[in-house]
Amino acid sequence: MAAIDTVEIKPPRLTVGPLAWLRKNLFSTWYNIALTLFAAWLLYLILKPAIEWATTEARWGVIEANLTLFMIGLYPREQIGRVWLCIFILAALVGLSWGVWKNAARGFALIALGAGLSFIAIALFFGWGVWEDWLIAVATLLIFYFIGRYLPRGALITGIAWLLYFPLVFFLIAGTPYIATLPPVESNLWGGLLLTLLLTIVGNFGALPLGILLALGRRSKLPIIRYFCIAYIELIRGVPLITILYMAAVLLPYFLPIDIRPDQVVRAMIGFILFEAAYQAENVRGGLQAIGRGQYEAAHALGLSGAQTITLIILPQALRAVVPALFNSFISLFKDTSLVAIIGLFDVVRISRSILAQSEWLGTHREVFLFAFLIYWAFNLAFTYGSGRMEEALGVGKR
Amino acid sequence: MNTTAFWRDIRVLKIFAQVIFILVLALVAGYLYVNVTTNLARQGLTMGYGFMKNPASFGIGESFLSYEPSNTYARALLVGLVNTLVVSALGIVFTTIVGILAGVGRLSSNWLINKFAAAYVGVIRNTPLLLQLMFWYFGVILQLPGVQQAVKLPGPLFLTQRGVYMVWGEGTATLPAWRIFVFIALLSIFVIWFILRTAQERASIPLSPWWNLAYLIIPVLILLIGFVIEPEPPLQASIPELSGLNFQGGLRLTPEFAALLFGLVVYTGAFIAEIVRAGIQAVSRGQVEAARSLGLTAGQALRLVVFPQALRIIVPPITSQYLNLTKNSSLAIAIGFPDFFSVAGTVFNQTGAAIEIITIMMLSYLSISLFTSLLMNLYNRRIQLVER
Amino acid sequence: MRKLLFPLFSLLVLTSLVLAGCGTPAATPTAAPAAETPQTPEVAGGERLQAILDRGEVICGAHGTFQGFGFVDSDGNWTGFDVDFCRAWAAALFDNPNAVEFRGLSAQERFTALQSGEVDVLARNSTWSYARDVELGLTFGPVNFYDGQAIMAKKSIVDDPAAGLQALEGANVCVQSGTTTELNLADQFRAAGVNYTPVVFEDQNAAFQAYDEGRCDAITSDRSQLATQGQAVLQNFDDHIILDVVMSKEPLAPAVSDGDPQWAEVVQWVVYGMIQAEELGITSQNVDEFLTSEDPVVRRLLGVEGELGAMLGLSNDFIYRVIKHVGNYGEVYERNLSVFNLARGQNELWTNGGLMYSPPFR
Repeated sequence: MAAIDTVEIKPPRLTVGPLAWLRKNLFSTWYNIALTLFAAWLLYLILKPAIEWATTEARWGVIEANLTLFMIGLYPREQIGRVWLCIFILAALVGLSWGVWKNAARGFALIALGAGLSFIAIALFFGWGVWEDWLIAVATLLIFYFIGRYLPRGALITGIAWLLYFPLVFFLIAGTPYIATLPPVESNLWGGLLLTLLLTIVGNFGALPLGILLALGRRSKLPIIRYFCIAYIELIRGVPLITILYMAAVLLPYFLPIDIRPDQVVRAMIGFILFEAAYQAENVRGGLQAIGRGQYEAAHALGLSGAQTITLIILPQALRAVVPALFNSFISLFKDTSLVAIIGLFDVVRISRSILAQSEWLGTHREVFLFAFLIYWAFNLAFTYGSGRMEEALGVGKR
Repeated sequence: MNTTAFWRDIRVLKIFAQVIFILVLALVAGYLYVNVTTNLARQGLTMGYGFMKNPASFGIGESFLSYEPSNTYARALLVGLVNTLVVSALGIVFTTIVGILAGVGRLSSNWLINKFAAAYVGVIRNTPLLLQLMFWYFGVILQLPGVQQAVKLPGPLFLTQRGVYMVWGEGTATLPAWRIFVFIALLSIFVIWFILRTAQERASIPLSPWWNLAYLIIPVLILLIGFVIEPEPPLQASIPELSGLNFQGGLRLTPEFAALLFGLVVYTGAFIAEIVRAGIQAVSRGQVEAARSLGLTAGQALRLVVFPQALRIIVPPITSQYLNLTKNSSLAIAIGFPDFFSVAGTVFNQTGAAIEIITIMMLSYLSISLFTSLLMNLYNRRIQLVER
Repeated sequence: MRKLLFPLFSLLVLTSLVLAGCGTPAATPTAAPAAETPQTPEVAGGERLQAILDRGEVICGAHGTFQGFGFVDSDGNWTGFDVDFCRAWAAALFDNPNAVEFRGLSAQERFTALQSGEVDVLARNSTWSYARDVELGLTFGPVNFYDGQAIMAKKSIVDDPAAGLQALEGANVCVQSGTTTELNLADQFRAAGVNYTPVVFEDQNAAFQAYDEGRCDAITSDRSQLATQGQAVLQNFDDHIILDVVMSKEPLAPAVSDGDPQWAEVVQWVVYGMIQAEELGITSQNVDEFLTSEDPVVRRLLGVEGELGAMLGLSNDFIYRVIKHVGNYGEVYERNLSVFNLARGQNELWTNGGLMYSPPFR
């Protein structure tokens, strides 16, 4: 046997295994070797001091001490249960959606589940006392998943529940003087991630109707309406967001009658809606352009009026086509909400800055900013992943 | 015989709809106008740009135009505008380089480079620019050592918390005379272009491509004449050197400017990288394979086949990234760089002329945006024409 | 069905936003009078005061990030010198120093908030100046802190506090934008013929951080701010020195909107009462003993005799409440500013060579 082995042809050069992988991906040609070495050297230059700093010098205590500030800003601590209630309801809704629309909602559900579980793990690891709330959230999610699976007419119920969710969140967060357990909380106390998320959601969903109108107007055959919409869209897209926020914060009071003085948060929301509408109008216009003339003609032939054609035939298709673009706007607005820090609202960025003014945590810029980076990054990553899954499951852009 | 009643006539309806729209618009505008005037009257304020001639009496840290606190508000705004334009123009140049490198890196078969570029794009695109600027400024540049312990990089390039010092060309006594030579050299390029075009129109066969060398040779010859005639070159290297408490010579970028430029370049570069990658990937593989089978090398295929086609896809979205960069430079206010928005904000605070200042602010940014898109559209039209 | 959800959904969010935007003030009867009928000069007196009494709390505009004067800690508690005055007004009106709602205001928005009626009173280390009093339609209360613009430098650059601005030739100076400070800086350096480079930040903390990290050689602000912020946010305060140069007068005073003189008087006399109490030696500790005092001055001040409070539409013992809950002027000063080693100086009582002087309560 051994004799036969020795005469066998030499095996081909490695094509599988770690060594082959290394050769193929890192050291295939001379310039690839050079590039690899250069990149490795660069990585070493960056990572070595970074890791040394993170493990020895950095004072991560600043994050733990101010975690609540990061999350809800100056929202009254005794009212924090209301924020938790919003999270529980969200968990229930995500669970319900998962049960009802299994594939479409799975991405978001898994992220939510993962986030909850990792919070529990981290909290237990560091010995924080808040993990019970996360446990409730995770449990709620799972319970409602099973409810959703067997719920008759689940899609309708879940849809309506989602529709009601955002007004409800506002109601819970803002409170009302008529219910003793929900005293009003002035919006200037909303802060941190809570404010960032609220601004993102309001900015996006508030801008959508306006954006659709602008997009339709831009494609209108009536010249005055068309030119007005073009002028609005191009004006807004031509100036920096910060000038629009500045205008909303400083100038809006001048344009309103004396007895209407919306507070800073509402002014910022108005600014975001005006801004985002122009961008969403362009997104929607892309969708409108993708719809063939045949659709209009067919609708006309069926005897639908112009308004019916738009609302029943054109918009549903156009919006479906631009869902990915709308998701992108959502992410980009999420980042852009950070600009409210410049007009004085206590979002994640401004909270970070105010933490840096605490005497016991001076000079912790890197720690605080890195944590803020982490918040934005994690949310965007989760959102990108979840929305990608959802688009895939719904077959957006494929039909 | 048209039997349709006029109120159901689509043509009448269209006009009617627009009249209604104008009326509503006019009503809204009127309502806002009345509010503005009553609000202003209540505070005893008047509108107008008269204040622009008053002395600004605040200082501006850095400017590319000469500026004193005794200059007018108008001058201060101009200084801010120039600051914005300079940082945007430099940012656009550098971010293009960074973006193309990272975009090509994303497509590299080298695993490490690929992942490196992917991590860069992934992290930068998903976090807010404002936070990045603060991080670069407070977390990185201000943490650099002081002037005495400057970090020295080859060049020499010195990194300190008081700014970045680099080698720079300093004009010598002959610089004014040299401007004439440079002008003539530039002029010669136009002349050559004109002559060659006329010659081409007259000739029946395409001219030899060697004629194009004239573009290189003649301007160089003109500059060489300059070297022979003039006693010394126009620029001499000015090298930053530590003398006493500070660096002398060279070019100094303030920490604010450096952080802003760096932050904008890094941020926009990540977006451009994605655009470049998508553009290159949009060119079908068959194109490359066909080019290779014709005997072109990989580099030639990339340069001659893929890139020209990718460019057509890339230019429009890159234009909007350039515009974004310009608009994003307004975030300079967070790190103390006196850009246009920052200066305008100060003027507003000192004069209280809110409406006037915000109008100027918006119009200026709008004109910059429109001008940039005009330029890019011209360029875009050119590369689109090349193909057809 | 699902296709329709999107527009419907956004419509609802928009509706809820409109409700939140317009609804919040209207749905809040407590805040409603303030939000809906801001005080304009033509409104009759007493309306604002009545609105506050009906609401049951004072809305006080304060600084949120200025340690020693107005600061919110990580638990959301407000502390500071100005904040204590807010509490004093609440104590005078409601016998409860916590009947205050604080609004953190930026330098840029503070006066707008007052004019538009968002806040009842502004106690946010604001300088009393002619233009603000006259042009902005404000009424300033008594000065509760005499301040002046000063400049702080690194000891490595200037080691003698008596050195003039000339010692700062060629310096980088950090400063906050949107303040009179920025203008005084330019004026003073110009007058002294000294070259400098301003580094301007829209946020006071950013200016201090940049100075601390070594970006600037000096930083300018109100003396009180340099002392308090300096100790709070500089890593090693001993390495810095505040020059003796006085760059401007900055009398800091609470302010209310023109239009309700009665409310303005409440604001004024509570401050005076606290100064008067210090002069008489009445503190929150011993105020109950003074109730049995025979001194008619003390008896009138504490409302034991006379009808002083009723003249303002308040309880007669309103000063007693203030002293009991918040303390006299000296106590408030001590409580908030002594940790910063900020000498009383001009803020001493007139009897001790300072400027704090209360008109008589009679």
